Amino acid sequence: MANPHTNQPAHVKHYFVSSEQQFDAAKMGMWLFLVTEILLFSGMFVAYTIYRSWHPETWMALSTALDWKLGGLNTLVLLASSFTVAMGINQIQRGNQKGLLLNLILTFVFAGVFLVVKYFEYSAKIEHGLLPGAAFDPHGISHGFDYATYNVPYGPQFFSIYFVMTGIHGFHVLVGMGLFAWITWKAKNGAFSAEYYTPVENCGLYWHLVDIIWIFLFPLLYLI
Amino acid sequence: MGENGSVWLPDPGTTLAGEVDSLFWFVFWASTIMFAMVVLAKVYFMVKYKRANESDVPEPVEESKVLEAVWIVVPTILVLIVFTWGFDVFVKLYSAPPDSYEINVRAQQWSWEFSYNEGATSYTELYVPVGRPVKLNMTSADVLHSFFVPAFRVKHDIIPNRYTSVWFQAEEAGEYTIHCTEYCGTQHSGMNATVVAVSEEDFAAWIAEQSQDLPPAILGQQVFAQCQACHSVDGSPGIGPTMQGLYGMERPLADGSTVVADEDYLLESIINPMAKIAEGYQPVMPAGFSALSQKQLDGLIAYIKTLE
Amino acid sequence: MSHSAPGLNYLNHSKGFKSWALTLDHKRIGIMYMVAVSLAFLAGGILAILVRLELLGPGETIMGPDAYNQSFTLHAVLMVFAFIIPAIPAVMGNFVLPIQLGAKDVAFPRLNLASLYIYLIGAVIAMMALVNGRIDGGWTFYAPYSTSIGNGILFVTAGVFVMGFSSILTGLNFIVTVHKMRAPGLTWNRLPLFIWSIYATSIVQVLATPVIGITVLLLFLEKAFSIGIFDPALGGDPVLFQHFFWFYSHPAVYIMILPAFGVISDLMGTFSRHQVSGYKFVALSSVAIAFLGFLVWGHHMFVSGQSAVSSVVFSLITYLIGIPTGVKVINWVQTMYKGSVQLKSPMLYAIMFLFTFSIGGFTGIILGVLAIDVHLHDTYFVVAHFHYVMMGGNVIAALGGLHYWWPKMFGKMYNETLAKIAAFLVFFGFNLTFFPQFIMGAQGMPRRYYDYLPQYEFYHALSTYGSWVLAAGLFLIMFYMIASLINGKKAGLNPWGALTLEWTHTTTPPDHHNFHDTPVVTRGAYDFHLAKHLFEHGGEVTELDLGGDGSAATPEEAPVPNEPVA
Repeated sequence: MANPHTNQPAHVKHYFVSSEQQFDAAKMGMWLFLVTEILLFSGMFVAYTIYRSWHPETWMALSTALDWKLGGLNTLVLLASSFTVAMGINQIQRGNQKGLLLNLILTFVFAGVFLVVKYFEYSAKIEHGLLPGAAFDPHGISHGFDYATYNVPYGPQFFSIYFVMTGIHGFHVLVGMGLFAWITWKAKNGAFSAEYYTPVENCGLYWHLVDIIWIFLFPLLYLI
Repeated sequence: MGENGSVWLPDPGTTLAGEVDSLFWFVFWASTIMFAMVVLAKVYFMVKYKRANESDVPEPVEESKVLEAVWIVVPTILVLIVFTWGFDVFVKLYSAPPDSYEINVRAQQWSWEFSYNEGATSYTELYVPVGRPVKLNMTSADVLHSFFVPAFRVKHDIIPNRYTSVWFQAEEAGEYTIHCTEYCGTQHSGMNATVVAVSEEDFAAWIAEQSQDLPPAILGQQVFAQCQACHSVDGSPGIGPTMQGLYGMERPLADGSTVVADEDYLLESIINPMAKIAEGYQPVMPAGFSALSQKQLDGLIAYIKTLE
Repeated sequence: MSHSAPGLNYLNHSKGFKSWALTLDHKRIGIMYMVAVSLAFLAGGILAILVRLELLGPGETIMGPDAYNQSFTLHAVLMVFAFIIPAIPAVMGNFVLPIQLGAKDVAFPRLNLASLYIYLIGAVIAMMALVNGRIDGGWTFYAPYSTSIGNGILFVTAGVFVMGFSSILTGLNFIVTVHKMRAPGLTWNRLPLFIWSIYATSIVQVLATPVIGITVLLLFLEKAFSIGIFDPALGGDPVLFQHFFWFYSHPAVYIMILPAFGVISDLMGTFSRHQVSGYKFVALSSVAIAFLGFLVWGHHMFVSGQSAVSSVVFSLITYLIGIPTGVKVINWVQTMYKGSVQLKSPMLYAIMFLFTFSIGGFTGIILGVLAIDVHLHDTYFVVAHFHYVMMGGNVIAALGGLHYWWPKMFGKMYNETLAKIAAFLVFFGFNLTFFPQFIMGAQGMPRRYYDYLPQYEFYHALSTYGSWVLAAGLFLIMFYMIASLINGKKAGLNPWGALTLEWTHTTTPPDHHNFHDTPVVTRGAYDFHLAKHLFEHGGEVTELDLGGDGSAATPEEAPVPNEPVA
């Protein structure tokens, strides 16, 4: 399996001197990418902070429109998925390909559960006219609660920020599912070993970031 | 140079403009001297150290710490002076004296409206008294604009739903150009007006003449000029409802109820547009109209009543 | 594989469309970027000439206000996002950076190719605005005007968002490459200043671009779904947009200018055959400027309604950046002191840069003074200032770099006499175009004006005449560069007598894999006094420096193959 020109293992690209150099480079690249992700979200957190400080009463009133039980459930689901990713990396470090595969599949399933819960949350809000913009028109009664009371000044801003932040986060979850589908397929074909598991490591890093962002989103939007 | 108009700056029309100019000339000449030194050194080295022998390889030069310190410290001192000076004048530029004569300015695509507390309103000319500080309270009806009088060295952005202000004190009677300096659409470059600075007596006379009691409906028609971007008077559709036949009708509202469009409804809708939203329209009307005087409001209502 | 047959290089070792379109070779990707950004520059330049032509006299000259407003906006969007930002990093960075590092490629070649295609897709999306409604108001897209016009803004914001990704990925790639792939012996203190500046640029690209990403995304959503973040009619705040926009766009100015610093440093060192004065200062201040650049965005907003306190702070930090930049200029001038200066065409551009960029810098200091900025803000003074920085800085440096690396890229020499004539035309035309704009700006001529008062006609006319001279110079460059590919003299290995690895350790044009053997670096990038053996036979070095006269290279310091990450 070695590259005849460089006497390096086959997974080492010709322009790298060693497997170690390649791994370090990939990991550093991933960390830099995560920094850009944090900055992308930080713009939205700034918008959140500014509008919250301008209209705190609106924010406090409308956070009750979000179901903290569903949000809490999703928090647990994401935490569990972060755990399974970490377990998967731990397994492959010890050369256990089966253990990796199992954990990757679990992670994929958890990500799916998160999106399904999110779907129910979104559809309830859309049904009651909470989409911001021209269509903003809270109405309808469910579980004995009258949605029309959400028609307060700057309410659309709250829901704009809610939908934009959770929407972009949800998009990241979707991308994560794609990534896990890809490495699960590779893991099934035995592409990874204790010597080479860079893609698993990097997808794991990405997934932890997605998780951490949600850990911030959940209390900021649902609880306070 | 700098006392009066020059190649670089237009004639200063206010005392403060003169202060801005002194600062400008200080930075200008300091920069020019330093720039000339850099260019001279560059040209001298280019000529003096021109490669004579193709295989010549000069030795590196010991770098002088003193020299390095000089060209870090000297410019730093210079910019700190300039910064402090600039800060001082900046504060003056934006601190209107408390006894300023206040004029309200509304900017919209692509015209100005200047309203005076005495009730007068003008559109292409901003009349101000000479020798008295004038403060402009500005807001925009649509997008961003910016108020700029080159001769006064004052400028400030005009923002919808918010008031910003500038002040100046014209020193000499005369006419000074006003430009809009924040891009606002097709006719941005046509959004100009003129400051007409006149003596106190002439100003008082102009105000009196302009503020004569017009019949309310005529005054209202003048004021309505700024409403026409959104509200038609002939039934044609717009961003807001048409005024034609509005008075006295049963007006369906967005929340499903109806209201009779009487004087009270009209007044409320002008000064607090979000209170009752007409069915089929967005709650997008700016709140700035609450600043209209009672007389203007009366005039507007009288005018709307004539639109059958 | 690593030992190509003689006569084979990266240009001819494989042929056909696919060998280019799917290449992972950083050199070919660099060349493809060069074609793409040149087209963007040509399109943006033609628009600039039309804009200047319209301004030749007051009133309508060749087009109406709507056409004019869209022309200058498109000129700006093309030049900023499709040309200046990728010009030096993506073209010269891609071609030169891995070779100067002694690496066989960048760290992530696939990502590199992806960046190119992402850039192209972004540019195409942005251009689709042309056929999908209007796009005017300048490249700053201030809300709420930008959301009040047609759907063109949707395409431009989407295009800028996508091009931003390309910029982020290129920056990320270069940072990792510089950290992880330096040749043995190439310590941080020996790095060419071009690498340092691209490295600093990459930091800004990675840190700032995501913010413009989210800003244009929010603007896109504002337009598409009326989410009310920026539009005051919906309860939003337009000043917030300006904060977001300049938080990116001021650092973006450093994305545009820092690579130019790198090119100029390399040119000054090589053509003075002398150590670049204050090497450490020039290197580290680039990185410092990259970070400080994040703290000055508010100096674009002195008159826009931000608080006075923030204006004061922003003005002060602006000066903190001005000082090291000024010291750099002095360092470049000082490099010639007791050097051996050769005025070849690349050096002419470096000298020209010192002139034009200094004017840009000093006028920047003038604009940074709070009270003066109130008068000059949004006038032609600002237009002239940033053209002196962007064009007099970045474009002039890019032209210098192009003339410097062209022989290495294609193995052909251009006509030096024509190059000198063109350099003169560019210098004269540039100053004639933009210097009058300082004067009319100070007189009060606002920017983005289709029509103007007759008192400004003289300056506008001068400026328009200047644009013709400038255009003539640029077209002349295009002409002799293309001609050199057809019948240019064959270029030697190292025609300038430079000491960086792309000249001393690889063939002209470079081998497909850059090097036959990984180079071992034994001296700094500008230690000419340690390489006297190369110049014994005159100025043009004709053999590779694989250890002087056949003897093996002996590193003066122990080679450091993989330093820990700094």
